[in-house]
Amino acid sequence: MNTELSVSLWRGAQNGRYETYLVPQRASQTVLDVVTFVQRHIDPTLSYRFACRVGVCGSCAMTVNGKPRWTCRTHVAKVAASGRLEIGPLANLPVIKDLATDMQPFFEKWQQAKGAFAPTKTRRDAIAQIEPDTPARKAADAAIECINCGVCYAACDTVRWNAEYLGPAALTRAWTLVNDERDGGNLARLQAIAGAGGCHACHSHQSCQELCPQALNPTAAIAALKRRTAVAYLKGEIKV
Amino acid sequence: MNVRLYVWQRATAAVMAPLVVVHIAVIFYATRHGMSAADILSRTRGSIAWAAFYGVFVLAVSIHASIGVRNILSEWTPLNERRVDACAVFLGLVLAVLGLRAVAAVVLP
Repeated sequence: MNTELSVSLWRGAQNGRYETYLVPQRASQTVLDVVTFVQRHIDPTLSYRFACRVGVCGSCAMTVNGKPRWTCRTHVAKVAASGRLEIGPLANLPVIKDLATDMQPFFEKWQQAKGAFAPTKTRRDAIAQIEPDTPARKAADAAIECINCGVCYAACDTVRWNAEYLGPAALTRAWTLVNDERDGGNLARLQAIAGAGGCHACHSHQSCQELCPQALNPTAAIAALKRRTAVAYLKGEIKV
Repeated sequence: MNVRLYVWQRATAAVMAPLVVVHIAVIFYATRHGMSAADILSRTRGSIAWAAFYGVFVLAVSIHASIGVRNILSEWTPLNERRVDACAVFLGLVLAVLGLRAVAAVVLP
């Protein structure tokens, strides 16, 4: 085992460059540990984003040796067998500084995909009884464990090619709500995801499901949305 | 691609799937039986069935291919949506005209 890691970190904004640092290698070291070491011991001006450090908050995603990953749960030994590590900001998002990207476009697309729950009851109604074994309830699991980390969005070729494309996370969230019996906003939701940047733009490359740290499958959710919107279109419920 | 183009592309693909199988079978049949151009024309000229078969095939190809090329142009070139649509319509019309002309050449008596 090398005693030092050669770590290239993206410095600057959109037109920045990689700079190399030497970081002591330790057992069970995560990529986030490496970034934190650089900030605390080498260059305190390094900017990056993290919060929980245990894979819950979804704040610390970065590009690690070319692939988007949640850095707090990514062990260096797993991704840098050669002892070299290149860490950059998430792709497909504007870079604010160093390893921190502007997540605004990512979350705006959640809004555009009608990712907000549209309630059909008031607080005076009885709590909805949802049977756990129904197909709709099982399908609604698609995005429940999503931590909004942006890894799927950064991994997606279609997002890179098509600035309008809503992306895997927003569409998977939409699929969860489409299957939520309590939600009343489905026609507006299907309408919102049936346009040029909607679910039909997906090429099913499956990078999202390969790299999702929560092992979710956005590709399957998007494929289901394609079928659901096509049926709604043929019935005349939505227009293009 | 929006839902309307998606439905058209999937529908034309569904139409083409069996037509492609029959088309390939016809090619094998014609070559294995050593049929000449005159043999083939004697069977296709005046045939409403072959005219309908290849007429539908050509129209399905024209729609399917132009939607596919539209996607490629939209994602891989800096052309705006209006120009992309114009290119796709042009390609579809060229394929339809050339294809239907070829069908007419073998089925018209």
